[in-house]
Amino acid sequence: MNKIAARDMVVPNIHLLTVEAPDMPGKLRAGHFIMVKADEFGERIPLTVADWDEQSGTVTCALMQAGRSTRKLAEMNAGDCVSTFVGPLGKPLQIEKFGTVVCAGGCYGIGSIYPVARAMKAAGNRVITLIEARGRYLVYWEDKLRETSDVLMVSTSDGSTPFRGRNSDRLRVLIEDGEEIHRVIAMGCTFMMADISETTRPAEIPTRVSLNTVMVDGTGMCGACRVEVDGNTRFACVDGPDFDGHAVNWDLLRIRRRAYYHQETISEER
Amino acid sequence: MAKVSPKKTPMREQDPQVRIDNFEEVPFGYSEEEAMIEAARCLQCKKPLCMQGCPVEIDIPGFIMHIAEGRFQEAVVTLKKKNVLPAVCGRVCPQEEQCEKLCVLGKKFEPVAIGRLERFSADWEASRGEAPLPRKKKSTGKRVAVVGSGPAGITVAGDLIQRGHRVTMFEALHEAGGVLVYGIPEFRLPKKIVAREVNHVVRMGVKLVMDRVIGTIETVDELLEQYDAVFLGTGAGLPWFLNIPGENLNHIYSANEYLTRANLMKAYLFPEYDTPIFRGKRVATIGGGNVAMDSARTALRLGAAQSIIIYRRSRQEMPARLEEIHHAEQEGVDFRLLTNPVAFHGDETGFVKEVECLRMELGEPDASGRRRPVPVEGSNFRITVDSVVISIGNSPNPLIPNTTPGLETGKWGNIQIEETTGKTSKKGVFAGGDVATGAATVISAMGAGRRAARAMHEYLVTGRWEPQETS
Ligand SMILES: Cc1cc2nc3c(=O)[nH]c(=O)nc-3n(C[C@H](O)[C@H](O)[C@H](O)COP(=O)(O)OP(=O)(O)OC[C@H]3O[C@@H](n4cnc5c(N)ncnc54)[C@H](O)[C@@H]3O)c2cc1C
Ligand SMILES: Cc1cc2nc3c(=O)[nH]c(=O)nc-3n(C[C@H](O)[C@H](O)[C@H](O)COP(=O)(O)OP(=O)(O)OC[C@H]3O[C@@H](n4cnc5c(N)ncnc54)[C@H](O)[C@@H]3O)c2cc1C
Ligand code: SF4
Ligand code: SF4
Ligand code: FES
Repeated sequence: MNKIAARDMVVPNIHLLTVEAPDMPGKLRAGHFIMVKADEFGERIPLTVADWDEQSGTVTCALMQAGRSTRKLAEMNAGDCVSTFVGPLGKPLQIEKFGTVVCAGGCYGIGSIYPVARAMKAAGNRVITLIEARGRYLVYWEDKLRETSDVLMVSTSDGSTPFRGRNSDRLRVLIEDGEEIHRVIAMGCTFMMADISETTRPAEIPTRVSLNTVMVDGTGMCGACRVEVDGNTRFACVDGPDFDGHAVNWDLLRIRRRAYYHQETISEER
Repeated sequence: MAKVSPKKTPMREQDPQVRIDNFEEVPFGYSEEEAMIEAARCLQCKKPLCMQGCPVEIDIPGFIMHIAEGRFQEAVVTLKKKNVLPAVCGRVCPQEEQCEKLCVLGKKFEPVAIGRLERFSADWEASRGEAPLPRKKKSTGKRVAVVGSGPAGITVAGDLIQRGHRVTMFEALHEAGGVLVYGIPEFRLPKKIVAREVNHVVRMGVKLVMDRVIGTIETVDELLEQYDAVFLGTGAGLPWFLNIPGENLNHIYSANEYLTRANLMKAYLFPEYDTPIFRGKRVATIGGGNVAMDSARTALRLGAAQSIIIYRRSRQEMPARLEEIHHAEQEGVDFRLLTNPVAFHGDETGFVKEVECLRMELGEPDASGRRRPVPVEGSNFRITVDSVVISIGNSPNPLIPNTTPGLETGKWGNIQIEETTGKTSKKGVFAGGDVATGAATVISAMGAGRRAARAMHEYLVTGRWEPQETS
C-alpha cells in the first residue's frame, strides 16, 4: 500500500501521479520504471519514473490514459492508496559525458525524458531536448525541461508552435544542419521511438530507446515482455527497457503490443 | 493383525465433466471416518521405510497412529514438528516417488495414502479455526533477512522465529507464497490454504514486506549492514523458451506468464479482475512436468475445446506426478507423445496458428537415465492451434547474483551452496530451494530451508563461519 501524494491532469489525457515511497528516491536513476497496481482487482502496469524527491520521499510518473488500468489510476486522488508500487525496476540508462546528447520525448515520455536530460546535463553534456505533441495545449513541463537542457525544441503537428512536425523531423533538420550529435535517447510511444531510430540510422548515431512492451511481473519471471534485439530474444523488464534502437525488431514489437487488443476492448466497455 | 485392504481408501473428487468448468479444488479430501479407515491400513512398522522417502523425515507411523485412534489434534502436532506446510505437501508432494514409494504395503498392495492423510490432518486443524502458536525461545536479539516467500523462505522464517531471532521476509510480488501462489493453480492448491500458512508465520512474529525486489531497492550487501544473516530463497523463476522460429508470435506464453495471469492476477475472473488472458480454443502445451499439466488443465477451464500436451519423450519419462497425469487424462487432455516442436507459424497479423512438429523415437538412455528421444527425419507435420504454452523449465533469476559480489553461481545461474548447511560463498549469506537446485519440489525446498535454518541458528549464536567447500 502506497499513498498517493498528488494526482493532477497536467494536459488533457496526461496525469502526474506522485506516490509516497520513502526509500525509493535514493535508489532511482534515469530510465528506471516501477510497476503499479491500483487495487485488489488491478493489473500490474509499468510506468517510467519522471521525477523523485528524497526529502518528501515521493516518486512522480507521467501517466497517459490509454485503457482501463491507466484510467483507474487517473481517477484516483491524493490520499488514496495504490495497492502495489514496486521498484526500481529495469536497467538504468548509461549516463556519462558523451558530448552532445539529444533527448527526445513524446506523450508520457515528455515527463520520463526529464530525469534523463537532468542526468545528462549533470554529467557535463550539451543537452538538446526535443519534445513533440499534437498541439501546444498538450505540452507540459516546458519550464523544467528548459532548466535541464541547453536547447529545448518543441514540435507540434498542428503547427501551434514555430516548428510544425515531429521530433524526428526536427532531428533530421539538426543532422542536416551539421550538428554533431553523439547520442540520442528517445522515450514515449513506439511510433516515435522507431521513427527516431530510423532517422539516426544512416548517420549511425548511437540511439537508445526505452521499450514499452506488455508486462506482467516486471522482474524477469514471465517473458511477456519479450522483444527481439539483434536477432536475440530479450526480456524488456530486466535486460532493458533501454535498448539500441537500431537493433530492435520494431515490427515484432508492434505485433506483440496488439496481443490483448480484443480483451482491452472488453475491459474498456465494461 | 486385521486383514489389510489392498487398495487405498478412495478420495471423493469432482466429476471431470463438471470440474473442467470451474477452478475449484478437484479432490474433496477424506472425512474423519475415511481417514480413520485409511490410517488403520498402516502396519506401524518398527523400521518404517516410508520415513526414509520423506525429505523432511516426518514421523509417518506416528501421525497415522494418532489418526487411527481419532486423536486428530495430536496427528497435526506430530506432523508440524517436521513440516510447517502439511496442507500444501499433502496435496502437491510427488508421494509416489517419495514416502509412498517405500511403504512396505506397496510391495503387494497399494501403499498407505500418506499424502491424503497428511492433507486430512492439516485440513482438520484448519476447520477448527486458527492453529495454536508454538512456543518461542527467548529473544536472541539477532536479526535475519529472508529473501523470497516461497516454501524455502517460509520454512526458514518459521524455524528461526521459533528459535528467538527477529525475522523479516521480503517478497518481490504483491502476494506471499512463491510458486504456491503464482504457479500452482487454485484447482490443485487453493490460495486460501497458502494464505493461511503464510499467516501462521506472520502470527508467530515474522515481519513480511511485500513489493520489495532485493537487488534493486536494496542489495544483499546492504541487507548485511542491517541483518546478522541473510537467506536467499528466490526460487527458479526465469522461464526457458525453445529458441525455435516463431516463438515470439502472439498467444505464445511461457507457463509462468500463463499461470501467473490465471492464478496470481485472477485473469480467469476477467473482466471482474483487470488482467486479461487469451482464452484459446485449441491450446498446445509443450512439456511433460507438473507445470505442463497445470497449464493444460488451466486451458480447459478457460474454455479450450481441445487442450493438447506435446512431449518429446514417452509416458514413462514424464516427470509430472502420477495423479496430475491421471487428472489431466480424465479431463480430456490430449497427449501427443514422442513429438517435438520445431517451429511456430502465424497468420499475417502475428498470431500463432500452427505448431510444426517432428516425430521422435526413443534411443539409448542419456545421463538422466531416461531414454533419449531422437527425431525421425522428414516426419514434419503441423498441428492447428490458437495458443501455445511453453513449459519446458525455469532457471534462477540472475538479479541477485548480478548485484551481489562474491556470490558464486553455477552453470544455470544457480547459487552454489554447501548442501548440508545452505552456506554460500559469501559470509553470512545462506541459500536453498529452487535457487540452488534449479526447479525441484516443494518438499525439497522446505528440506533445504530446514537445513539452512539449523546452520543459520548455529552461525547466529556462535558467529563461526568456517571455510566451506561449496557443492
Ligand atoms: C517500461 C515501460 C515504461 C512505461 N512507462 C510509462 C509511463 O511512464 N507512462 C505511461 O503512461 N505509460 C507508460 N508505459 C505504458 C503503460 O504501461 C501502458 O500504457 C499501460 O500498461 C496500458 O494499460 P491500460 O490498461 O490503461 O491500457 P490497455 O487497455 O492495456 O491498452 C489500451 C491501449 O493502449 C495500448 N497499449 C497497450 N500496452 C501499451 C504500452 N505498453 N504502451 C503504450 N500503449 C499500450 C493498447 O494497444 C491499447 O490500444 C510504459 C510501459 C513500459 C513497458
Ligand atoms: C506450475 C508449477 C507446478 C508445480 N507443481 C509442483 C507439485 O505438484 N509438487 C511439487 O512438489 N512441486 C511443484 N512445483 C515446484 C515447486 O513449486 C517449487 O520447487 C518450489 O515452490 C520452490 O520453492 P522455493 O521456495 O525455492 O521458490 P519459489 O516458490 O519459487 O519462491 C521464490 C520467491 O522468491 C521471490 N523472489 C525472487 N526474486 C526475488 C528478489 N530479488 N527479491 C525478493 N523476492 C524475490 C519470488 O517472487 C517468489 O515468491 C511446481 C512448480 C510450478 C511452477
Ligand atoms: S511431506 Fe511429502 S514426502 Fe513427506 S510424508 Fe508428507 S507427502 Fe510424504
Ligand atoms: S512403511 Fe507403510 S505401513 Fe509401514 S509405517 Fe510406513 S506407512 Fe505404515
Ligand atoms: S514482465 Fe515478466 S519477464 Fe518481463
